[in-house]
Amino acid sequence: MSLDKEKIKHVAKLARISVDEAKVNSLTKDLNSIFKFIEQLNELNTDKVEPLTSILNQSLRSRKDEISDGKIREKILKNSPKENEEFFVVPKVVE
Amino acid sequence: MADITNQSLNEIIENVKTKKISSRELTKAYIKNIENAKKLNAFVTTTFDQALENAKQFDNKPNFDQLLPGIPLAVKDLFCTENTKTTAGSNILNNFIPSYESTVTKNLWGNGSFLLGKLNCDEFAMGSSNETSHYGNVINPVGDQLVPGGSSGGSSSALAADLTPATIGTDTGGSIRQPASFTGTVGLKPTYGLCSRWGIVAFASSLDQAGPMTKTIKDCAIMLESMSGFDEKDSTSINKKKEQYSKNLKDNIKGLKIGIPKEYRVDNMPKEIDELWEKGKNILKDLGAQLIDISLPHTKYALPTYYIVAPAEASSNLARYDGVRYGYRSKQGKDLIEMYEKTRSEGFGDEVKRRILIGTYVLSSGYYDAYYLKAQKVRQLIKKDFDDSFKKIDAILTPSTPSSAFKIGEKTNDPVSMYLNDIFTVPVNLAGLPALSLPAGVDKKGYPLGLQLIGKALDEQKILNIGYAFEKNCGFKNEIKKWWS
Amino acid sequence: MSKEKFDYFIKGEKGKYEVVIGLEVHAQVSSKSKLFSGSSTKFGADPNNQVSLIDSAFPGMLPVINEECVKQAVRTGLGLNAKINNYSVFDRKNYFYADLPQGYQISQYKNPIVGEGKVLLDMPYGSKEIGIERLHLEQDAGKSIHDMDPSNTYVDLNRSGIALMEIVSKPDLRSPDEVNAYIKKLRSIMRYLGTCDGNMQEGSLRADVNVSVRKEGDKNFGTRCEIKNVNSIKFMQMAIEYEATRQVELIENGKEIDQETRLFDTKKNETRSMRSKEDAHDYRYFPDPDLLPLKLEQKLIDDLKISLPELPDKKKERFIKEYGLNAYEANILVSEKEISDYYEEVAKLSDKKLAATWMMGDLFAMLNDKGLDISKSPISAKNFAELVQSIKTGEISGRIAKEVFEIMVESGDNPKKIIESKGMKQQSDPKELEKMINEILSKNKDKVDQYKAGKEKLFGFFVGQVMKLSGGKANPQLTNEILKKLLKG
Repeated sequence: MSLDKEKIKHVAKLARISVDEAKVNSLTKDLNSIFKFIEQLNELNTDKVEPLTSILNQSLRSRKDEISDGKIREKILKNSPKENEEFFVVPKVVE
Repeated sequence: MADITNQSLNEIIENVKTKKISSRELTKAYIKNIENAKKLNAFVTTTFDQALENAKQFDNKPNFDQLLPGIPLAVKDLFCTENTKTTAGSNILNNFIPSYESTVTKNLWGNGSFLLGKLNCDEFAMGSSNETSHYGNVINPVGDQLVPGGSSGGSSSALAADLTPATIGTDTGGSIRQPASFTGTVGLKPTYGLCSRWGIVAFASSLDQAGPMTKTIKDCAIMLESMSGFDEKDSTSINKKKEQYSKNLKDNIKGLKIGIPKEYRVDNMPKEIDELWEKGKNILKDLGAQLIDISLPHTKYALPTYYIVAPAEASSNLARYDGVRYGYRSKQGKDLIEMYEKTRSEGFGDEVKRRILIGTYVLSSGYYDAYYLKAQKVRQLIKKDFDDSFKKIDAILTPSTPSSAFKIGEKTNDPVSMYLNDIFTVPVNLAGLPALSLPAGVDKKGYPLGLQLIGKALDEQKILNIGYAFEKNCGFKNEIKKWWS
Repeated sequence: MSKEKFDYFIKGEKGKYEVVIGLEVHAQVSSKSKLFSGSSTKFGADPNNQVSLIDSAFPGMLPVINEECVKQAVRTGLGLNAKINNYSVFDRKNYFYADLPQGYQISQYKNPIVGEGKVLLDMPYGSKEIGIERLHLEQDAGKSIHDMDPSNTYVDLNRSGIALMEIVSKPDLRSPDEVNAYIKKLRSIMRYLGTCDGNMQEGSLRADVNVSVRKEGDKNFGTRCEIKNVNSIKFMQMAIEYEATRQVELIENGKEIDQETRLFDTKKNETRSMRSKEDAHDYRYFPDPDLLPLKLEQKLIDDLKISLPELPDKKKERFIKEYGLNAYEANILVSEKEISDYYEEVAKLSDKKLAATWMMGDLFAMLNDKGLDISKSPISAKNFAELVQSIKTGEISGRIAKEVFEIMVESGDNPKKIIESKGMKQQSDPKELEKMINEILSKNKDKVDQYKAGKEKLFGFFVGQVMKLSGGKANPQLTNEILKKLLKG
């Protein structure tokens, strides 16, 4: 299958990456050549194969229900681009 | 004393232990080398003052029983380091200062070493030539137009140029082994789950593993022992007893069965690679190992599988870089969505964006089964290939890369040809196995080439032993002239 | 009890429409720490003070699951008579939002921890079974605050990463009343189990409501709309009414219903479309590679099953059998664990039937009036039992009991003490009463004569006089007997 520009723009939207109109062409070319390469997999019949969910053959380890973290607001907010002592601040959400 | 920095880590440790050199003198020697090697662009950040302070503290109160007594180490800038900027080679983390230390680096420091600086790498470890870094290309000390491999290109370059006595990288599809191969050094990707991923900037969670990059096998064993171990903060960490890889290193490999997979002889492979492989087989045979032809039938599908699985995971792992809590935020963006789109567009480089788009696409509604699910099924087949083979062999020998180091800019316009660099390394990540790249020779241009030893899960000791025996009998010497200083 | 008939339909011009409702309830798991991090889950902390590096998705941070949250999900599953899955998988649900730091929510998609189950509702028209499709564990998001600043949104991540159980019902509900009963029943079961506090004010229980309509008798479902994140039963009911009516109007006007996500506007009392035009949701679910599949050992499930408390349905049966209550009484008294505990304590010490009557009457009215939970009742179960027993033994009359009850509410005192100190004890000594009645009869000889001449209505007058003289404390039954005897003589 081939990826057209509209599809790429849609995917970019899903990924929240703005793509310049100027770059869409080269991106379309690159992605199509990558997908052509990837689609070699279609040669294989995998109807009876179980997908691999984890390469580790063990069950999920769990931790005890204890409060062992938090109360580090200063550390949490220290790197935030828009400074505020209590909150993360982002441009208004427009629904 | 003579320049100590061209010695192996093991030799340096001996010199520190026998007080032939202090930690401070050692650190100063590396700082001098680093300052003279700016052309290589191996470092993103240096921490000289802190390193000298740490060295002083070690010298004042030395503990020679540690694995890495007073040893300064530079590490890939993918490991979060407390109070030291961590960029992952990306503009989107150009000002990120973690308040925490990755488990792996914490383990290293706990064994007596300290940080010398942070090494350049491909952006978010996505690349095979270190050309995707926001902080510029890294030069391979082997030649001034050559890439050092990637993504741990700063690590391989710094190690080969004597800017750090040993280092660590991360390997998602070959990012330790390929740069090691390109620089004539040793690189090990451990079994998935042996080294904690906690505090390492994630690329593809089911494939990422940290590992050592060193000048010798012995060094590699020391580093692996220092950095690995169970970590309850990583749900994929394997809970097992710590091994003493360096103490248990043995060079007797008599009777070991070495598998030679026919599928690794690929079309258009340079003759030199084939010859190198032959040479490797002969050395192992001479050492008493038994060569066995094996088949890993799904090898050719490993790379396409990888280019679905890794971007899929990456597209999700990199969603957190949104300009909200840390890192770069675009000045543009009137509302939240626009802020996201601009921040991520300006913050990520082309290769990272390309892979996020691939990953988003293969997971998106209507395509999941055709791509992602398919890839997880093929991944099962690839793993099964190895499982079946390892019933009758101890390790597998293959070339590390299909070519030696290439020129900067040579492959940047063709992503697929760049991806093909990882053709021999990627299957191992998909199967979660340990693999070692060891320097084995040079091509006709004099550029180093490596061979890869693949082991069973958690069989690091065995491939290190084989590598150790190989190293002693291979006669490879990394002849790098310090043309940059 | 005569059963009413189910009758909830939307009446259109062209006929009656049945409303089909399915709920996705999000219930906050009761646990000390979050699902994948060690930060506290306590409500009401200062902004961003219960946030770890994991909850705020710093680079390299990894999730480790809280074993208690897993157990709570299993307990809830068992309480819903559901199948517990020994193998379940955590997936990532990918979308961008300011209060979703990872850019994905860890949830369970294809392989949830709990499979099909059922919940029984007691409706006026009989009991009704509501199917449970599944229950899965997932992370809560943080909170976006839009009204603190005209141009910015503020983000508080205290809720980020708290464990939620999403309980998905089958489309078995047919009216706002059934939704009310269903939510209350779920809440009750989870509170019995201690797996969710069900506090709707604090957001511990919210629901997405799926609504569709179809002509009465139709076999096929209509196109449904999902109303997101409604946080009170009342709003759910209002949203359903509005939405069902809207859909019926569309159908009657020959228009199509779009399958979409809608929002209930609590101010305007209506639902509106919230699908942003640019992209339909595409969550790109895939197994979280930072986590492994969750494999539950059968022994763990069996142990949890054995340790489950008695749940409302079972308790109701027992109350009917053990305490001789009727179904209506039992239903009310088991609706909340605390109520049933209170009742059982009272019933142990006093008359079971009378206790039920007084609890459901005066006690509930008082609690309701004061807006108190039974756990905060000013009257302890022990004191309440004594009050009931005082009525039963005839120590005080029902009328006096109401007075004692009021004093108990104010003072919290023991009823015996109140009765004693205020001299409210019922006059039940026949000799004393006879003396008093004789006195009254001798004072009212004319009336006695009239009575004896046939004016029997005057009996009430004599009773009144006895009550007046005794300050209301005369045992009414005894007074009657003695009066009758003396008037005859």
